[in-house]
Amino acid sequence: MSYPSPLQELIASVNQTRELRLKQTFPRLSAEEKEQLLKQFHPDYRADTFATLEIGPNAGDRTPKELARLLQADSPLQPVDVNLNRFDFETDVLVIGGGGAGCAAAITADDRNARVIISTKLRLGDANTMMAQGGIQAADKENDSPAIHYLDVLGGGHFANVPELVEALVTDAPEALEWLENLGVIFDKNPDGSMKTIHGGGTSRRRMHTCRDYTGAEIMRTLRDEVKSRPGITVLEFCPAVELLTTPDGEIAGAVLLNLNLNRYLTVRAKVVIIATGGSGRLHYQGFPTSNHYGATGDGLVLAYRVGAKLAFIDTMQYHPTGVAYPQQIVGQLVTEKVRSLGAQLVNSKGEQFIFPLETRDVVASAIIRECAQGKGIKTPAGIDGVWLDTPMIEILRGPGTVKRELPAMVRQFARFGIELDKEPILVYPTLHYQNGGVAIDPECQTGVKYLLVAGEASGGVHGRNRLMGNSLLDVIVFGRRAGTTASQLATQRSAEFTPSLNHLFNWRKLLQEKKLTPETCSPILLPDYTRKSNSGVSTQSIS
Amino acid sequence: MSENLIDIYIMGEHHRVPDSLTILQALEYAGYRLIRGVGCRGGFCGACATVYRVNGDYHLKFALACQTRVEPNMQLAMIPFFPAHRPRYRLSELKGTAQEVLTIYPELLRCYGCNTCTKSCPQDIDVLGYVSAIIRGEIANAADISFDCIMCGLCVSRCPAELVKHHAALLCRRIYGSRLAPRSQHLKDRIAEIKNGKYTEELSRLKKMELKKLQELYAAREIEPEE
Repeated sequence: MSYPSPLQELIASVNQTRELRLKQTFPRLSAEEKEQLLKQFHPDYRADTFATLEIGPNAGDRTPKELARLLQADSPLQPVDVNLNRFDFETDVLVIGGGGAGCAAAITADDRNARVIISTKLRLGDANTMMAQGGIQAADKENDSPAIHYLDVLGGGHFANVPELVEALVTDAPEALEWLENLGVIFDKNPDGSMKTIHGGGTSRRRMHTCRDYTGAEIMRTLRDEVKSRPGITVLEFCPAVELLTTPDGEIAGAVLLNLNLNRYLTVRAKVVIIATGGSGRLHYQGFPTSNHYGATGDGLVLAYRVGAKLAFIDTMQYHPTGVAYPQQIVGQLVTEKVRSLGAQLVNSKGEQFIFPLETRDVVASAIIRECAQGKGIKTPAGIDGVWLDTPMIEILRGPGTVKRELPAMVRQFARFGIELDKEPILVYPTLHYQNGGVAIDPECQTGVKYLLVAGEASGGVHGRNRLMGNSLLDVIVFGRRAGTTASQLATQRSAEFTPSLNHLFNWRKLLQEKKLTPETCSPILLPDYTRKSNSGVSTQSIS
Repeated sequence: MSENLIDIYIMGEHHRVPDSLTILQALEYAGYRLIRGVGCRGGFCGACATVYRVNGDYHLKFALACQTRVEPNMQLAMIPFFPAHRPRYRLSELKGTAQEVLTIYPELLRCYGCNTCTKSCPQDIDVLGYVSAIIRGEIANAADISFDCIMCGLCVSRCPAELVKHHAALLCRRIYGSRLAPRSQHLKDRIAEIKNGKYTEELSRLKKMELKKLQELYAAREIEPEE
């Protein structure tokens, strides 16, 4: 037992009420109750943390201050920095981002004989996809259907989702699973080959497919290996994009990359560019810790915005209800929703349940914030609030050994700090997890800017105002593949005669001047800075 | 919380850092703004493989910097990259036999069972166990034992027989997933139904449905019970 004794005493109340709670199902909230809870406690409703954009395609729209600052910043690039008469690379398709969506797009475009370059900020596969634990949704069981899946997605997203995108998501889902299996992904199955599936928050059917609790890692390492086995795909690691290139007509023509190892710009002339840069948790909206990987700094949104692509749903972020609140070393890291799928309840300091554990993420997160705000949270020695997630229940509900078998990554993560998940509950608090919105796309992943495609978390519209568990892994595969297909078609159609320039940047700078905006920062920021000097002595992942 | 400072040595350089930090946080506390040796920061990507010794103890220790708390007097270095050989093969061109794995990675047969790999694994995987399974031709077993591998490469860096076992294990998992695992009939059936347009009409109806009706449908939807 590694909980300090004050916390151990508090655990007693969780143990005491467990037997009773095992028999109780907390009632689900009505639509009105949910709205009320969200309005009172969800971070999206804290108006003072938002800013209104003044320039660009979304002028007049609200977005978190941290993102607004980057969207209205200047580019680090000056025209003298690059020579656009000759290019370091020429290709049909440039994929920016080497995560799940980027790799799925690259593989699909390569299948269709396009020449592909993937440029990625860190290593290939360093992405949120790698960290997704919970699972991937697909309506493949007899009692399920794409239409039922559609309704779940829409309800989870507060009916704001773009219908055509949801249709694409649910219709392609079963085939996406088969595609992954053909590449070698190992799903959890019964001996007869049928998929083992469980519920996720907001699902009406058990359609969460898992690879233990390494679902994203299993998918990502498989995609990465497949990319590496294809001679038609060139991978440029540690080379994030810092600016797109456009023709004088405003069509996309390539990108400028920054080689982080050599601190040198590289130019890529490309017929089509796919932005697959993922999310922005490392911007730490409202000071929240994040479950995101180190490079999740919203670069793709910045790049797309400067060339005139419209963003959608950038006023809503997903706070995963169960980020680690203790131990302090791993605060903000993810406790997968699968823990609740397996039956664990959320419990306040009095040992009471306060929410149905599989409400949608925004609702559960709001309920946890409410409990803590009303003094029914538990304070850790570091002064962080949290509530209990009663993991030992899983062993009672599903038999001894279930926790170790189904949640090996989590068992390992907590065991490193002396906490035994199957015997002790854990402390959780919402963590910044997902960018619900992004660049607006159509079902073929096209943006309003010609030859610019977007897929995965960097896009917006699929999930509306709240994404369901298991639909992000699905999103990156479905729309990654769609982007790869579209890109290869566009590359075939487009004439080789086009002239990459930085024209859009001149326009952007003119716009900044006109509005008398004098940005203090350049964007994209590429990486967060957690060094002590910049962070007032605290070098944890949580800036809060 | 009051900070209890301890001495650590980053590649030989002395720093005093709070003892509550992970190794990764300690590097940042010391002023390093990392590009290599950092990735997911959640124990899944293997970017922050770290080796260390505690002064006075000859044992070499292994850790993920993002998941391990600093100790007093630790001398540490990251191994953000280690050369690992991945022969050019295409899964789609393989038959999926155990023999193929040994044809692609013949050096696996050089393993002499020292078990150094297992001792160096920050995931506590029985690395020697899966290497032995591959040599015995047990692909499913190797896939199972190696499943939690995050491919940090520490086992490769320590192997006196120069084996690149994490890539061989990945090949086994891909062969198992694509060729050996039993396929799901319900998945095949559903894909066929979708191709035949079974759900097209229902989906277009839902797409056009007015909000109020959708909300009613959603609220009234039947929820499958837990097992």
